[in-house]
Amino acid sequence: MLGVIRHKALSGGVVSSLANGQSMQRIIPGIGFLSKSFSSGAKEMTVREALNSALDEEMSADPKVFLMGEEVGEYQGAYKISKGLLEKYGPERVLDTPITEAGFTGIGIGAAYYGLRPVVEFMTFNFSMQAIDHIINSAAKSNYMSAGQLSVPMVFRGPNGAAAGVGAQHSQCYASWYASCPGLKVLSPYSSEDARGLLKAAIRDPDPVVFLENELLYGESFPVSAEALDSSFTLPIGKAKIEREGKHVTITAFSKMVGYALKAADILSKEGISAEVINLRSIRPLDRNTINASVRKTNRLVTVEEGFPQHGVGAEICTSVIEESFEYLDAPVERIAGADVPMPYAANLERMAVPQIEDIVRAAKRACYRSVPMAAAA
Amino acid sequence: IKNPNGYKQQVPNKPEPPPAPPFPHSSSLLNLQLITREVGLELYEDMALGRSFKDMCAQMYDKGKVFGYVHLYNGQEAVSTGFIKLLKQSDSIVSAYRCHVHALSKGVPARALMSELFGKTTGCCRGQGGSMHMFSKEHNLLGGFAFIGEGIPVATGAAFYSKYRRDVLKEKCDDVALAFFGDGTCNNGQFFECLNMAALWKLPIVFVVQNNLWAMNTSQLRATSDPEIWKKGPAFGMPGIHVDGMDVLKVREVAKEAIGRARRGEGPTLVECEAYLLRGHSVLDPDEPPDRGM
Repeated sequence: MLGVIRHKALSGGVVSSLANGQSMQRIIPGIGFLSKSFSSGAKEMTVREALNSALDEEMSADPKVFLMGEEVGEYQGAYKISKGLLEKYGPERVLDTPITEAGFTGIGIGAAYYGLRPVVEFMTFNFSMQAIDHIINSAAKSNYMSAGQLSVPMVFRGPNGAAAGVGAQHSQCYASWYASCPGLKVLSPYSSEDARGLLKAAIRDPDPVVFLENELLYGESFPVSAEALDSSFTLPIGKAKIEREGKHVTITAFSKMVGYALKAADILSKEGISAEVINLRSIRPLDRNTINASVRKTNRLVTVEEGFPQHGVGAEICTSVIEESFEYLDAPVERIAGADVPMPYAANLERMAVPQIEDIVRAAKRACYRSVPMAAAA
Repeated sequence: IKNPNGYKQQVPNKPEPPPAPPFPHSSSLLNLQLITREVGLELYEDMALGRSFKDMCAQMYDKGKVFGYVHLYNGQEAVSTGFIKLLKQSDSIVSAYRCHVHALSKGVPARALMSELFGKTTGCCRGQGGSMHMFSKEHNLLGGFAFIGEGIPVATGAAFYSKYRRDVLKEKCDDVALAFFGDGTCNNGQFFECLNMAALWKLPIVFVVQNNLWAMNTSQLRATSDPEIWKKGPAFGMPGIHVDGMDVLKVREVAKEAIGRARRGEGPTLVECEAYLLRGHSVLDPDEPPDRGM
């Protein structure tokens, strides 16, 4: 009976659970899955719950941590990420701000200079543009300009990138803009475990961290290990995660695109292409070692991102690989990004403006010379 | 007087007072304030240090030792001295790029400031900040910002910290924050955002406007719909006071009131100090723009 279940877990179970973005059990394959099928189950948690619990635990552990942003208090958060926090910690630590991003972000920086740990919520990262002067000029650069006297231990968080039908001004991805700036750290979680571990690490970090969430992932549920539920759980900043091991092509992605990449990997595996999917987790610092080690193994690279293509995250990854692993590349790097156009409103146009699973599959096939290269097809 | 370098300098002539402002002062002040000889000497020394430091900056700029942007403060020393000499070490000040004299008044050694301007590692920011980005954690000088208005939210945040320390961390703290900025900044959005939040949350801050009637090289009257800046305080629920910024004793009396309010937890104040800049916006700007001569 044990053997039957193990077999099921290893073949059928693996693929279906991977489709949910679950990480591979590295300890003893099969036993891990066994315990999942028998015990009351690995806990499942939505990204929303993960973020809420991370905020709750960090605020409880350190009285210097406070949350501010629009609607975070009485409304329980525009996306209910801060649900229950006002009731628990009071209005002095959960501040409903007026709609004045430049002002309240700057206030956060002044408070952070003195060692408080503000978590500033932007209702979406599009609104961070109203405060971008403070994020870059005050937060990112102060530690350098003051020769180390002042540091800014704060977190800027909120949903980033495309949502559904919200139009051009509410849909931009800011990963590459912030990631180009020295002095900032930029994180982008995918799963609930990512969300918990990275947010806790960000709050504890002595430097400013831009934490890019995704609105469409808030409601998605992922299994979380017991270790991840512990209140001291953090994930290292600057380390990517290999979500799925593979041999033939490396696919890098972050945030929502990780889910798409994993689904694309499933489709590719049916056609005999084994794709390695890397969840970047950290856009700055970028885990160049992991990416390059993977490309040296597979010899082919596809980068995936939602944001605009020019000067994007994929451009930086491509350059890193060319600089460090040029001789290992067997094919040109394929870059999948959002369309080079302000996000359209109509649903069919929006779908075309954001990478879809078929685009990733097509690009991986091109990298594996299974289809005609783009230049020849033009 | 002898300036720190040891060579004698002529006592600068008292500048011509600007013509009487056309609008009424919103608070009445005694013209004669009694101070002790010690206080008088302290104030005079601080103002003279500020003036001679800036004159030396200008000389060193001409010699090429100081480079980039340098903004002088000649004429406005009474504002810096009048306010900052009432502060404790633990109070914080934030300025924009015209920050050197504020740093001096707060106690940052002149040598460390001049070294910073020269780009030396002995500078207060190891030469990494420069003229516009003076920081000193020890003296609670939080900058030094190049964009006008940038320092105001940061100062408001320092005031927020002071209140948070009292109310949440339950520590004794009556530190106040001072934000220094010019008349041009008073048209900037961040200024209004912070007036609103400081009054809303009753933060211990004083907003000090150094109004020289010129925003860079543009007359304030051409850029501002209502040039009476002190009036913008009451619009946000805090007192607005206008004072002659070239009289250190008058400034000091107003400062006592405003800083006292903040320390007692009564909230913010907006103080408009009219004080001429005797030199141009920066060393690269002419001292006398074509139609200056109000």
